[in-house]
Amino acid sequence: MSRVPRALPRLDAVNRPFWTGGANGELRLMRCADCAVFVHPPRPICPKCLSENVAPQTVAGTGVIDTFTVNYQKWHPALEVPFVIARVAIDGAPGVYLTTNIVGCPVEDVEIGDRVSVKFLQQGEVYLPLFEKVS
Amino acid sequence: MRSSDIFITGVGQSQIGIRLTRHPLLLTVDAVREALDEAGLTIGQIDGISTYPGRAAAYLGFSPVGADELVDALGIRATWYAGGLEITSQLGAVVAAAGAIRLGQARHVICYRTVYEAAAMARPDEYPVARRDVVDGSSQWFAPFNALSAVNWTAQYAMRHVKRYGLTREQLAQIALTDRANAALNPRALIREPLTMDEYMSARMISSPLCLFDCDRFTDASTVLIVSAGDAVDEVTCTPIRIAAMAGSVERLSWDQAEWMACYPTGIDLWKRTDYKPADVDTAQLYDGFSFQAVAWLESLGFCGVGEGGRFIEGGKRIALDGELPLNTFGGQIGAGRLHGFGFAHEAVVQLRGKGGARQIKGDPRVAVCASGGGPLATALLLARD
Repeated sequence: MSRVPRALPRLDAVNRPFWTGGANGELRLMRCADCAVFVHPPRPICPKCLSENVAPQTVAGTGVIDTFTVNYQKWHPALEVPFVIARVAIDGAPGVYLTTNIVGCPVEDVEIGDRVSVKFLQQGEVYLPLFEKVS
Repeated sequence: MRSSDIFITGVGQSQIGIRLTRHPLLLTVDAVREALDEAGLTIGQIDGISTYPGRAAAYLGFSPVGADELVDALGIRATWYAGGLEITSQLGAVVAAAGAIRLGQARHVICYRTVYEAAAMARPDEYPVARRDVVDGSSQWFAPFNALSAVNWTAQYAMRHVKRYGLTREQLAQIALTDRANAALNPRALIREPLTMDEYMSARMISSPLCLFDCDRFTDASTVLIVSAGDAVDEVTCTPIRIAAMAGSVERLSWDQAEWMACYPTGIDLWKRTDYKPADVDTAQLYDGFSFQAVAWLESLGFCGVGEGGRFIEGGKRIALDGELPLNTFGGQIGAGRLHGFGFAHEAVVQLRGKGGARQIKGDPRVAVCASGGGPLATALLLARD
């Protein structure tokens, strides 16, 4: 997957902790310090209690595949297919899902309910949280 | 019928094609002319314009004609107009127009959706796409993982139905097969050849479980619906079609943070706003940019239970032109082309007026439901001929 060309996020004050946490091997999600709700996608306010007292918190970096698809379409010529796009429910962060890629196994080995662990892919300043199956 | 009711009067459509050279503004005017002619209205009676999503500068093929350009081109003075992406999907433009009319801001509003995606791909110098190697907003949560198309996002909801409820490819195929069978009877449809189950089953996969024939195709076309005030329908010569109920929703505008696609709560809301029941519906015109969205809409609107959509359409008889709930009788987006939402409302009106020609459903249809979107955004309209 490392040779796959990828669009990268434009970093700003709000999304930077999420996209750069991988430099320290950490998956960081925005969380409300007042009511403990996770705020993802990250925003400078909690949607539950409207507190602005939100800050990035490191979570375990594991989760469960909620659903997935195997993409076969070459959306651009350099894209290597097939690959797995999955929605992962993040452990310890109820209600937070990440769209990601499942790497390190054949595409046919991926199933809903599989346990996965984060594996960061560095792209310059950005660390993309990809996931691989927990063996 | 009350004077506060809102109606769809004239409807119109340009030719539907791919890589058309006719200017997209002219395609739009073609559809406007047809709608005006049908309604017996003159351009001078139009005082509002509503569109989705307005001129899309970053991706002109997606929406090449802004509402202000149409106001200017038609030489009208609008007392109200709107166009925007931030609305509950394509038919949200009709909801907006109905609201404006109800509030007295306009009497006859042209609602339109013009697409030029096939032509834009062929002529990228004229219709450029903004660079996409750096992304922000909601795109940043998908594009870095090469989840680049709505097919990838929709496929994940479809996969959940496959795994959780046992949706099969043979069941899902009925959307495409029905669409293509109906499109063969629609002179304007983009694809006029029927599709066989064998062709469907052997098609290449795009994003599992969705194959090539589960996807609509970039199209160049314009569709117009004229929305009129209840106290102005005596000015039209066509049979007015009443908007009996409208519903739309967005929750967490996102393809991955919501447990359910937005069609589900939208469908529930629609029936709260009317005395009609799902059993009263004579035909359903449901968004099918990807086939699974139509399955999700059937469930959302209560034609079957959640998770039962696959069994509901199995074999295809129930949703066929002569079935108990004819679906996407113009060919849907998979057969007629990616008209992007407006084609469903257009066809609902055509069927309720008995103007479907070879594809006209039997009996005397009086109630139709149409819907657009279904992912993170959804709009449903219930239409009735009184």
